[in-house]
Amino acid sequence: MKVLALDTSNQPMSVALLDDQQVVAQKTTTTQLNHSVQLMPTVVQLMADVDWQPAMLDRIVVAQGPGSYTGLRIAVTTAKTLAATLNIELVGVSSLRVLAAGATESTGIISPLFDARNTQLYAGAYRFENGELVTVLPDQHTNLEAWTKALAQLKEPVTLVGETTRFHDDLVAALKDQVSFVEGDLNLPNAGILGQIGLKMAPITDIDGFVPNYLRLSPAEAQWAAAHPGETHTNYVEEV
Amino acid sequence: MAQERELILAFETSCDETSVAVVENGNRILSNFVATQIKSHQRFGGVVPEVASRHHIEEITIGIHKALTEADVTVADLTAVAVTYGPGLVGSLLIGVTAAKTFAFAHQLPLIPVNHMAGHIYAAHYVEPFSFPLLALLVSGGHTQIVLMTAADQFEIIGDTRDDAAGEAFDKVGRVLGINYPAGKEIDRLAHEGHDVYDFPRAMIHEANYDFSFSGLKSAFINKVHNAEQRQETLNRADLAASFQASVVDVLVAKVSAALEKYPVQQLVLAGGVAANHGLRDALKETLATRYPQTRLVAAPLPLCGDNAAMIGAAAHVELADKHFAKMDLNADPSLEFAWQA
Repeated sequence: MKVLALDTSNQPMSVALLDDQQVVAQKTTTTQLNHSVQLMPTVVQLMADVDWQPAMLDRIVVAQGPGSYTGLRIAVTTAKTLAATLNIELVGVSSLRVLAAGATESTGIISPLFDARNTQLYAGAYRFENGELVTVLPDQHTNLEAWTKALAQLKEPVTLVGETTRFHDDLVAALKDQVSFVEGDLNLPNAGILGQIGLKMAPITDIDGFVPNYLRLSPAEAQWAAAHPGETHTNYVEEV
Repeated sequence: MAQERELILAFETSCDETSVAVVENGNRILSNFVATQIKSHQRFGGVVPEVASRHHIEEITIGIHKALTEADVTVADLTAVAVTYGPGLVGSLLIGVTAAKTFAFAHQLPLIPVNHMAGHIYAAHYVEPFSFPLLALLVSGGHTQIVLMTAADQFEIIGDTRDDAAGEAFDKVGRVLGINYPAGKEIDRLAHEGHDVYDFPRAMIHEANYDFSFSGLKSAFINKVHNAEQRQETLNRADLAASFQASVVDVLVAKVSAALEKYPVQQLVLAGGVAANHGLRDALKETLATRYPQTRLVAAPLPLCGDNAAMIGAAAHVELADKHFAKMDLNADPSLEFAWQA
């Protein structure tokens, strides 16, 4: 099975091609270049490197979030458009799970984090059990205080992965020697790993309905929901 | 031998409409899927960019599928893919740009980048072929411009608003009257029931240029209403709407007339969301008939005044002939503008 895996959920970008579990081409960038500018040329280049045509692809695997709203939409739009128009399979994987899956040395809890500005963050908690990555705490939009409390209550060693730099000192202060950090590239998304996770999952059935897992309402929607309790808001978009 | 069909799959997501169309030979609409988000944004009194982006990604592949199905064409029949890459809301534009690039890559089709404002002008091309030079009055929520076209792909701004766009003024005044966005249609309706009794200012109407200003009119309107409220007077809503609309229309007609004195063209294109305004259409028609009989009004059809991908496909037809193609690094350009006349 030929797989294209895409992750633009945060500042880094990672793209990989897999032939079953084997990664045959991969590129990850960490610079601030715009994903809209970078993503498709990277896909074109990697496909050319291995001499694949778009019609040869069997499955698209995309990091579905959480992450930067605009960033997520670049890869998710690409993924759902490709899957729909080529009539191939589509799989969405948690952007946090991809990071956790890279921390293979960890024997305890693995907590991937994305910086969501101020003291806000997106975080999850995972653990390897018999070689499988299982969810300990679901992905969530949270804040530093609540998340360190939740991790402390697990009373196990925690390995932190991802955008930890800005929170490093606070995490050490709160979790003391319970906490450790992975080094270097392990903090970056890895589309090869993303593809390998996605290969084991069942494809989604509703490609048109596939959207990012933002894990958070837009501020306007949140205010509106607060002012209109109980109102079920679907169907606001109309075909004319 | 049957003539080969040129089929363009066009995308438009610059603001709050997700639209995908199939256009044949630049002048025939085979399909024009439009999903509007108006009801969603009415909850907030105007377009909220993040909400708009989220709706676009929900609709985009539905649009592709429906546009192709309704046009009864397959991917193999297509000649090219076209997309609006600006101006507009960046997050909204990115959904169309990303989907169009991806579709073009998937099927190895050329990708044509289209300026949204050129698209608006080319909505009028469905009425009759263009003959150059022509003038276009572009009036929408984001723009108020007079554009000189010397050729099918040559657009030069000769007049522009110094502050608010005309459509923006309609929405702001609408808010004061308790009319939800987009307020143009309701103000137009009310205006026909009232009279221009308040004599609002006609900004810049006597200046020797083709530029506009609508923020003073908006302030004059708001002051009029607030002063009346303080005196506990009730002003007639229809007269307010009529007075406001008369000021906007008078200025637009005066500036277009001045442009026609300098450029006695055969066609005046009227396009953009505010081009649907009946007061404006009627006033321009009458002005041309009485003062500029050599110039025909070519108004965009009412269903194509708002944002839609059919107009993008028509504009792309011209770019395809010129082989103006984009590469896979095409990005959204939210502040894309035509150049000013040199």
